[in-house]
Amino acid sequence: MKASQQVTVVFSLLLVGCLAGSVLLLRRLDQMRAGATLEEVLYISSPKALKEMSLGYDGLLADVYWTRAVQYFGSKHHEGAHAFDLLAPLLEITTTLDPHLLTAYEYGANFLAPKPPNGGGMPERAIQLQEFGIRNNPSEWRLYYNEGFIRYMDLKDYAGAAEVFARGARVPNAHPFLAVLAGKMAEHAGDQQMARMMWSTSYQTTKDNNVHANAAAHLRALQVDEDVTNLEALTGRYQQQTGHFPASFSELQAVGLLRGTPVDPLGHTYKLMPDGRVAVRVPDDLPFIQKGTPPGYVAPAPKFLPAD
Amino acid sequence: MSLRMMTPRIPIFHIASNTFREAVRDRVLYNLIVFALLMSGAAVLVGQISIGIERLVVINLGLTAVSLFGTVIAIFIGIGLVSKEIEKRTLYTVLSRPVRRWEFIVGKFFGLAGTLAVNTFFMAIGVFAGLLYVSHHFQKQDGWVLVALYFIILQFLIITTLTLFLSSFSSPLLSAVFAFALFVIGSFAEDLRGFAGITHGLTRWLATGAAYLVPNFSALNVISSVAHAQSIPEQLILYNSAYALIYATMAICAAVLVFERRNLK
Repeated sequence: MKASQQVTVVFSLLLVGCLAGSVLLLRRLDQMRAGATLEEVLYISSPKALKEMSLGYDGLLADVYWTRAVQYFGSKHHEGAHAFDLLAPLLEITTTLDPHLLTAYEYGANFLAPKPPNGGGMPERAIQLQEFGIRNNPSEWRLYYNEGFIRYMDLKDYAGAAEVFARGARVPNAHPFLAVLAGKMAEHAGDQQMARMMWSTSYQTTKDNNVHANAAAHLRALQVDEDVTNLEALTGRYQQQTGHFPASFSELQAVGLLRGTPVDPLGHTYKLMPDGRVAVRVPDDLPFIQKGTPPGYVAPAPKFLPAD
Repeated sequence: MSLRMMTPRIPIFHIASNTFREAVRDRVLYNLIVFALLMSGAAVLVGQISIGIERLVVINLGLTAVSLFGTVIAIFIGIGLVSKEIEKRTLYTVLSRPVRRWEFIVGKFFGLAGTLAVNTFFMAIGVFAGLLYVSHHFQKQDGWVLVALYFIILQFLIITTLTLFLSSFSSPLLSAVFAFALFVIGSFAEDLRGFAGITHGLTRWLATGAAYLVPNFSALNVISSVAHAQSIPEQLILYNSAYALIYATMAICAAVLVFERRNLK
């Protein structure tokens, strides 16, 4: 073998070995420093300072922080964490760097406001975020909708929600639903139909897959709550008529109280309990349900919702 | 394969010392004057315009300046290491002697790495002088600044080898652009790996491949931590040292393989 060939063989082998070694070491470093990049937020939490330090490349930096916010929420949500301390600062930094990044406001409304483990449990911070967004993007009706949504769902501030929806309805090209929501808020505040209307609007108007899946899961949960309420009313009526609870749904069909076997929004049949209560068969696939959980059921850690 | 062929010989040392001398002759170390002015200015000014963050500013500014000055030197000296020798035709004289091409590359690397180490040493003195000025005494936690400086030197080793690799086949201007781009991408390497982790399909493969191939400078940057007097885990020191050594060796191997095949006629 010539000397030059020997050099090629030795250095090629060394290169491949080093490449493999560097990948292994990087994996170790990643395990060791999980979330280390996000710790920067603890050091430089002032969005204004960061904007100045970005030397004009604030758009690019906003994209980096936005990606970090999504990763942070995703990993915490997956762990079933009950504290999302960095979510608000990450979103505030992102939107200060790029006040027109609308998806960050939408994310904030959907994942900063709800109670843990489904969100950060910080509705006030979420409202501040939306107000900041409205100041910078006054013609974006979605921001008014987001704020009204948080006030309605998380703070039960129905008057405040109606006021924000009304403001949003005056924005040119606003979704017609805003005016409807503003009008119906006083009349139907707190009822299930109102909640369904709001989640439907989110489901139909969002472009974000995560927000879309979240809205779909809430709509399914509302459907289950309604189904269970109605079915339990029927088993109650059956018990009044016969003196005992039905052993199966076919007994309800036999006396004309029910047509067909009822199924949940995922297509599974409902389970009828001996005491007349109705439960879903796979509660893990139906997060957010208020009714229909089997006795002794403990909800698992939240998981990523399937795209709908 | 003869052991003699792969045993480092005296030519590497000669090439390294010549590279170091040449860098000094090129007035590279003049940057120390700018650095000294920056540090003394910051140390004096920060005490007058802010409260409670004097040490923080001196460490942050000092270490950032060390890192940036060294990176610029590594890139701009590194891009000329091979091309200048070809341009001046001194490479032919060197290679006509009993010097192998890989020895030339390795020697050049050690020469520039030595220049950067000396440069960093003097800058480190400047950082500690600034700290002494604002605090009037050293604290135990200031020892972590030394670790941050060590990591910065590791970063220089990687940048030097990458620049050497790029300059072994590309023009000086393009080498500088590529090296600077890799420095920026490498600074966001952890974000890139995080991004790769949430993608799917072909994008995931491409992003993961790129994320593991580009140098990882994120883990080498502990400036914010040491400025807040936070300790650096021993494991991180160990892993970073091993990573920098392995990555630099990989880049040198790539440079040698390209340079071995390069037609110099």
